[in-house]
Amino acid sequence: MDITGFISTHKKLLLVVFLVLLVVFLATVPLYGGIYNVRVLTAALTMVILAVSWAMFSGTTGYMSLAPAAFFGLGIYTMCVLEKQLPFLVIVVIGGLVAFAFALLVGLVTLRLKGIYFAIFTFGLVVFMSELINYLEVAIRQAHGWHITPLDNTMLFHTMLGLAVVTVLAIYFIRRSRYGLAMMSIGGNEEAAEHMGIHTTRVKVFTFAISSMFMGAAGVITAPILIYINSNIAFSFYYSFMPILMAVFGGMGQLYGPIVGAVVFTYLERLVRNQFPNYFMIGFGIILVVVIMFLPNGITGLVPMLQGKLSGVIARLRKGGEAEPHANT
Amino acid sequence: MIERVPELIITGILAGGLYGLLAMGLSLQYGVCRVLNITHGEFVMLAAVLTYTLATLGINPLVAAAIAGPLMFAIGFLLHITLFRTLKARTPSPAVFEGSALLVAFGIMYIMLHVGKIGWGGLRLPCYYLSEKVMFAGMTFFKNQIVAFAISVAIGVAVYLFLTRSRLGRAIRATAEDSATAGLMGVNTELILALAFGLGALMAGIAGPLSAMISAPSTAIGFQNTVIALIVVTLGGLGSVPGSFIGGIIIGIVNLLVLGLWEPVLTVPVYYGILMILLLVRPTGILGKK
Repeated sequence: MDITGFISTHKKLLLVVFLVLLVVFLATVPLYGGIYNVRVLTAALTMVILAVSWAMFSGTTGYMSLAPAAFFGLGIYTMCVLEKQLPFLVIVVIGGLVAFAFALLVGLVTLRLKGIYFAIFTFGLVVFMSELINYLEVAIRQAHGWHITPLDNTMLFHTMLGLAVVTVLAIYFIRRSRYGLAMMSIGGNEEAAEHMGIHTTRVKVFTFAISSMFMGAAGVITAPILIYINSNIAFSFYYSFMPILMAVFGGMGQLYGPIVGAVVFTYLERLVRNQFPNYFMIGFGIILVVVIMFLPNGITGLVPMLQGKLSGVIARLRKGGEAEPHANT
Repeated sequence: MIERVPELIITGILAGGLYGLLAMGLSLQYGVCRVLNITHGEFVMLAAVLTYTLATLGINPLVAAAIAGPLMFAIGFLLHITLFRTLKARTPSPAVFEGSALLVAFGIMYIMLHVGKIGWGGLRLPCYYLSEKVMFAGMTFFKNQIVAFAISVAIGVAVYLFLTRSRLGRAIRATAEDSATAGLMGVNTELILALAFGLGALMAGIAGPLSAMISAPSTAIGFQNTVIALIVVTLGGLGSVPGSFIGGIIIGIVNLLVLGLWEPVLTVPVYYGILMILLLVRPTGILGKK
């Protein structure tokens, strides 16, 4: 049987099989992987969710949200408030819905305006949330901070894996749907998109809320890992900076770009963070700048480019001597 | 409580001058170069902690402003000719440039913040100057607040006159309006853009020392300053010099009233309340053009 023929005709099927096997493999890691690996993988999956959902909205429409941490932190606080009342999985859903509702509000205020106002508004949103919740906490509970009962690491890992699969699948379908195409045309030329009959504000607000929903749900699952939570920990700039860095580094053109970026940087960070706490942030900042300047399609954008170059080289080699006189003329 | 209101309002106006200076720089950078420079506060931070270092060497903050200002101008100028100019040439459309420039600024912000942290640590670095009290009609002010306000307003007026009256100022405004046409008219737009970006950084470099002599700076003040500058600029209208000062004074008064009469942690939430109402009612700001 011709194997290469089989591969090229059933590309999609093979990809699906590969992805299912990957998820199954990841799901069984806790059986033999050890607690450290499970924790790192959970962190990587958290970043995958944040980076993919950030790229879905900001990468395609060009409206730069500088505050993934605001929605993520909202999820963390949802867990703090509801921890004793409801089962964990219900809180995950509620956390997502809270972030969805909040993003809807932010979107309705800012997304009918030019992109610059959206960036201005989201920039300080993390501080706004942090200080507002700090105030409310003291006013209502007369206390700072929350202690969360730690939950089983394996269970948290499986929940995060489940959420990551749901997020990636949902975003895969959104990107192919009428909304995905509408977002892309907004990113290309918003005025033209409007003239084509796209209700741009509605598309932007809705997709922004969807992307924030996944961030909020990821926050709920992260809360028990943090154990102690206050408004500074929950609304940390770290969770705003890293997803953006990862998505830009991986490349926002494809769905898998931010995933690659998230995995690479989670491991890179584990390697260098403890030794050089400040220098690694400088390094990551430089990487962000360099990638935007010289690799606008990210690291995964290199693949088709190299492929093109490589096939050009191969074709030239095959032609061999025939191409030689041609080049001299 | 109530009898403190006039004092708080006047102190707020004095603080607002500094906010106006800060916002004017940001407004110039966005208005001319189309870069929403969210690194602005980090320039202020670097200038402020530098003031502390100079103060330990016996140089007073007003002289430090004359050193830090040009230094920040140089950094801003270099940043523009190395990064933003290249980026502009590489991006296909102005909208894409704005988005990418924002992300580049986001990266630079983290670089500068952590350079500051490595150099100066995380503690407050007091370098008070001219902190004598001035009594006036039963109200107490501080000399340094009055000096900072006077310098800020003087610079604001000077920049306004420079932009409206001088030849170079006209070239800057022409480039902001339509850089392609300005180029055809013989304006060296690349140089003008870098100059405007540097001027914005210069204002941050002067605002840093002025704020450092009033309250002890730390490496964490950058973010707060950027947020204030962004809100003031939106309030006053992007690209308008007098608007920056009007917005600055409004935010200054609001800041002091919230600090003095209500709850210090609520200042940013209150700014956000104002910003939200503004974006719903008049997104172009008080003096902004449609």
